[in-house]
Amino acid sequence: MSEQNKTPHRWGMAIDLDRCTGCQACVAACHAENNLSVSDAESAAKGRAVHWIRVDRYYEGEFPDVRVKYRPVLCQQCDEAPCEPVCPVYATYHNDEGLNVQVYNRCVGTRYCGNNCPYSVRFFNWFDPVWTEPLQLQHNPDVSIREGGVMEKCTFCVQRITRAKDDARAEGRALKDGDIQTACTQSCPAEAMVFGDLNDPESWVSLLAKSARATQLLEDLGTKPKVFYLERAK
Amino acid sequence: MVLALLGAIAAWGLAAWGYQIHTGIGVAGIRRPVFWGLYLVDFVFWIGISHAGTLISAILRLTDANWRKPVTRAAEAITAFALMIGGMFPLVHLGRVWLFYWLFPYPNSRLLWPNFRSPLMWDVTAISTYLTGSLIFLYLPMIPDVAQLAEKATGWRLLLYKVMALGWTGSDREWHALERAMKLMAGIILAVAVSVHSVVAWDFAMSIAPMWHSTIFAPYFVVGAIFSGLAGLIVALNIIRRTMHLESYLLPHHFHNLAKLLLLMSLLWLYFTFAEHLTIWYGNEPKEMNVFGARVSGKFSPEFWIMVFVNFVVPFVLLGIRRLRNITTATIASVGVLIGMWLERYLIIVPTLSMPRLSAGWGRYSPSWVEISITVATFAAMAALYLVFSKLFPIVSVWEFEPHEQEDA
Repeated sequence: MSEQNKTPHRWGMAIDLDRCTGCQACVAACHAENNLSVSDAESAAKGRAVHWIRVDRYYEGEFPDVRVKYRPVLCQQCDEAPCEPVCPVYATYHNDEGLNVQVYNRCVGTRYCGNNCPYSVRFFNWFDPVWTEPLQLQHNPDVSIREGGVMEKCTFCVQRITRAKDDARAEGRALKDGDIQTACTQSCPAEAMVFGDLNDPESWVSLLAKSARATQLLEDLGTKPKVFYLERAK
Repeated sequence: MVLALLGAIAAWGLAAWGYQIHTGIGVAGIRRPVFWGLYLVDFVFWIGISHAGTLISAILRLTDANWRKPVTRAAEAITAFALMIGGMFPLVHLGRVWLFYWLFPYPNSRLLWPNFRSPLMWDVTAISTYLTGSLIFLYLPMIPDVAQLAEKATGWRLLLYKVMALGWTGSDREWHALERAMKLMAGIILAVAVSVHSVVAWDFAMSIAPMWHSTIFAPYFVVGAIFSGLAGLIVALNIIRRTMHLESYLLPHHFHNLAKLLLLMSLLWLYFTFAEHLTIWYGNEPKEMNVFGARVSGKFSPEFWIMVFVNFVVPFVLLGIRRLRNITTATIASVGVLIGMWLERYLIIVPTLSMPRLSAGWGRYSPSWVEISITVATFAAMAALYLVFSKLFPIVSVWEFEPHEQEDA
């Protein structure tokens, strides 16, 4: 919470599925920003690849009338997260800005949270991560390296949120909408992804969340996700 | 020697675990989305086996069924060892096992507390309680026998027996206290056993994963536990009977009674399985039907139908037809049930996790040599522990065969 703003922030995201081209620039950007481990072909075939954001592809219709729909799926930072109550050591909890926080140092690796996430957005470090030379030189110093035995997932680039809040406080100004861009929203060439404060009624993400095209993934489960998918109704 | 072979297999499993701790839990076959695999199957299986003692010893003790007498200690020993083995698996499956103690509420400078809302913490509590209780339940009725052994023992056994005898003299007051303590413990252990397997079931039922979120899980698991425990007991008793020449103590009618109980549990298991599957199938909820289809007719159908065959068809035929029911067929049926109940745990855990709600997250699981080694090692360890126990202590309770003043005949 910053001293300037009276209400706490509530971080959310809007993803326009009618703009998304499925290019996966968001996936690559997330890897670079968050020091995601790189899998070799064998681990990837074993289902061990880590992608905090992934692009799901859905095919509709028969050739030649096939339509492909792309949906980037990342941690939905659910307000009623099913992953939170089941962790026996409180390694995942909900902070006061609405983020579902994963505390790497506390995680003992029971992996119950991974089982209970209906979006399958949680990933586990099966081994200590290894980067072939010289990839380890491009690590982001703001993001910790997770050791083997620890769960991880999208954090809404919490390091960027913290940096922006610190910068704003240092400069003696309030945070503006657009000050914070997560790696994925920043890299999207179709400008399909927007990140911001849902508690700010004027922010772009709040306006998009109220749009007639706004939907949520697995909404009927009552997880109260904070990612809004915009798509034309059929 | 048999013990050496069992010890070697158990040591191999321990080595595999050590390798896993050193290299990383990735040497196991588990992967996203099947975050829980053989270790959890083994965990539920062994905790289930531990219900042998509770059923035979506690329930039959409380109902004053005297035919239980030669069988109780064997059953209680199974419970204690199965719990010790089962209780290892929450450690084996941890990603950072060296921090396991964070699951216990101990005072620390960071003022951190475990999350008791998590069913895994309920596991920790329930299983610790059950292990403590069942060790007491095993130990108390051993006291008179151990005191008797101490009279003729020498060397280190003398010291062991004397310490364990706690100065038992066989006075009226002591017998009275023992009988009352046993009655009390029987009641307590029964309540604890029901709660333990309900809690283990709730590891799954509290989750919203398709086909896990079911209210039937708690009673289903308790029934399944008693079922598999009984099967384990029958197998163990037959082995003891032959190898230790206890034919005059473990009589055919004991096995007939146990077999009838096994048949009853088989029918109960079938009823629960049918009720669960009928409900899911009729409800036709798409995410659940994916898992249902995989189990009944898809990828997991061989395991599913083998399970139904050995859990129901074989016991029904071999034990339901009086002419076919004898010690040998009871043992065959029991071995089948052990296989079937292990498969049942596997079929509860793996298909659901393989097919989460979003199909983009679907995946396959195949266990690695590490998981298989550890699984096999637990069976060897169980047999080894049992063997050592039966060499040190009388597996058939001696004092329950000799009349003493305080006992109600």
